[in-house]
Amino acid sequence: MTRGERRNLWIGLAFISPWIVGFLAFTVYPVAASVYYSFCDYDVLTKPIWVGTLNYRDMLTDRVFWQSLGNTFYFAAFALPLGLIISLLAAVLLNQSVRGRPVFRAIFFLPSLIPVVAASMVWLWILNGSFGLLNQALEWLHIRGPQWVADPKWTKPSLILMSLWACGNTVVIYLAALQDVPRSLYESAEIDGASAWVKFRHITIPMISPVIYFNLIMGIIGSLQVFAQAYVFFSGGGGPNRSALFYAVYLFQNAFEYRQMGYACAMAWVLFLIILALTWAATRSTRKLIFYAGE
Amino acid sequence: MRLLTARLLLGLALGTALILTGCDRRVEGRTSDKRITIQYWEKWTGFEDDAMQAVVDDFNRSQDRIFVKKLTVSQIDRKLMLAAAGGDPPDVAGLWSHTLPDFSEKGALTPLDKLAQQSGVKREDYIPVIWDLCRHRGFLWGLPTTPASVALHWNKQMFREAGLDPDRPPRSLDELDAMNDRLTVVDIERAGKTERVRFLSLTDAERQAKKFRLVQVGHLPQEPGWWMQMWGYWFGGDLWDGDRQITANSPENIAAFAWLRQHAEKFGVDNLRSFGASFGNFASPQSPYLSGKVAMVLQGVWMYNFIDKFAPHLEWAAAPFPAKDPERFPQVTIVESDVLVIPKGARHPREAFEFIRYVNTQKPMEKLCLGHRKFTALAEVSPEFIKSHPNPFITTFIELAKSPHARYVPRLSIWQEYKDEVAVAVDRVQALMSSPAAALDQVQQRMQWKFDRVLRRWDTVGNERVKEWSDYDAR
Repeated sequence: MTRGERRNLWIGLAFISPWIVGFLAFTVYPVAASVYYSFCDYDVLTKPIWVGTLNYRDMLTDRVFWQSLGNTFYFAAFALPLGLIISLLAAVLLNQSVRGRPVFRAIFFLPSLIPVVAASMVWLWILNGSFGLLNQALEWLHIRGPQWVADPKWTKPSLILMSLWACGNTVVIYLAALQDVPRSLYESAEIDGASAWVKFRHITIPMISPVIYFNLIMGIIGSLQVFAQAYVFFSGGGGPNRSALFYAVYLFQNAFEYRQMGYACAMAWVLFLIILALTWAATRSTRKLIFYAGE
Repeated sequence: MRLLTARLLLGLALGTALILTGCDRRVEGRTSDKRITIQYWEKWTGFEDDAMQAVVDDFNRSQDRIFVKKLTVSQIDRKLMLAAAGGDPPDVAGLWSHTLPDFSEKGALTPLDKLAQQSGVKREDYIPVIWDLCRHRGFLWGLPTTPASVALHWNKQMFREAGLDPDRPPRSLDELDAMNDRLTVVDIERAGKTERVRFLSLTDAERQAKKFRLVQVGHLPQEPGWWMQMWGYWFGGDLWDGDRQITANSPENIAAFAWLRQHAEKFGVDNLRSFGASFGNFASPQSPYLSGKVAMVLQGVWMYNFIDKFAPHLEWAAAPFPAKDPERFPQVTIVESDVLVIPKGARHPREAFEFIRYVNTQKPMEKLCLGHRKFTALAEVSPEFIKSHPNPFITTFIELAKSPHARYVPRLSIWQEYKDEVAVAVDRVQALMSSPAAALDQVQQRMQWKFDRVLRRWDTVGNERVKEWSDYDAR
């Protein structure tokens, strides 16, 4: 490195130093501290007491922990695939050349612009068992709707329903990918007499597979961390019989309501490992199915 | 050029340092006339805030050494905890008495024993239960502002319509249950027509089938449901033994839960859920008691404010909520209080206590509590206070607070968790998913486990903490 280069390096570092300081103080340090605290009995106010792996061992026997993990997987198992399929369908429909296409696109995207808290408040009313719009609509079909948010059997489906409504972001990503599929492929398939389904199955899906994969990974991460809707729906609790107590909500309760920050830190690391493992598994198992045009 | 780099780096480093230290800049707070400024955080808004502001203004006028600056803070418990942890708390803060065990054990508060002793504040000055509420592990952590007790509120008009004497409240829980059947009205389909009838007049088969819609109910334990964990008190039960043992599944608590379950069995789980979904917000004219959907509720002394605001024409009265065995347990109630505390690390504890002491003298206390339309925490009450109090049943609430069966939230630092755990048991029992005993056994097992963890911690740090508290002497 010449003198000039070294000088440039220092000046460059100086210019980005606010970011580096912020990154070290507000990201690296808290993350590192949370590793230490996860091995402590720590209530934020008093000195942490080292307890070894007690927090991790407690998790094994804490039935609420397992219940919250089960609830979260239940949510993810439905919300994620349904979300991927429905938003893909919506994207395909919005990609057709129909009149008023921009208007439809805007309508499908609108829900993603509404803050989660506001949307949750509105959905609480839509799902109200006595006056809710949803049950009114079901009544026209002569179906007696359930008590969506009061019946433990229906709390998770309610939240899944709401998550599907706000899939606009995913739709937009799909749309962008769909428009990138070369027209020539469809044209040659048409010459060979391919049906619409065959074109979708053998051209569209492979061509947008990297985007499906991207949405899958983002979906895994997002749905396992689901928090705000459930927190608003049940005012910070877990809903009737803890039926909608998601992992992140239970973590929050431990950290800020029960003041067991050590346990909460341990939970956070376990969640991180779960997401890491699932992402790795998803990457491995879909490796052969993804087609990158550049390769 | 190297000089330039060095200067640049130095400048940036200094800037960063200034920003970081700026957060911890401790202003030596004094007003322009050299009075010590006391920072006071309080949770109140609206008319409750106005009442406290008037008392603060009186205090500021009454002397020329201290100036109290009040700030309204939402979610005050959470923010105070963080402020104390960060070492920059206010001098005085308004908490709730049930949060004192947690705050004091975590070392977030200043013990007030010596300050109280020096200024002659003692137990005899107060309604006994309220003084006890301010103590934990043998130390005094706060002094009361506005206390409250809870009582049965009933709707006289609904009593009259049901053929009951509107001036005679139930005197035992069994009597309340019998009245409940009379007061409850349902819509039921009979021979293709919807009829509106009293629950009492339903045939056994109709009661069994539960194919009706609840229109109004005499009493529901889950409305408003703020003390679901403590129904055991009306059965003579307790939630812990005062030492190292949780007693969630005591026979009395199981009896209370069986009583909760009865309502679900009688009215039907789904019927109750759709009835519950028809309720408006508590602070609105559509709340079930104010809109005449529920005839009898357990509510606090503050209920008068909501009746006055949202349903001024409601014909109502208040009396002790009857116990299962009213002979043995007359006048059961739950008492809690708003309290003033001095957080640990407060800059002016002596001056802060002077203000707290002032609030706890008769005139300011009565002014504040009259403003809140509650009763005062002090043993002595002026006749004018009672005479000018707008709540016609204020003496009922005072008597309840003075009753030997006045109870309170268990003094446990894990109360929040205990409460959430019992709420789940309530859900299970009311959905007929679990028997009372099984649901409470689960609570017992889990909370004892959690409590043992707390005790284990206390056993390691307790002695040190107690010594620190006894040695504490305010500057």
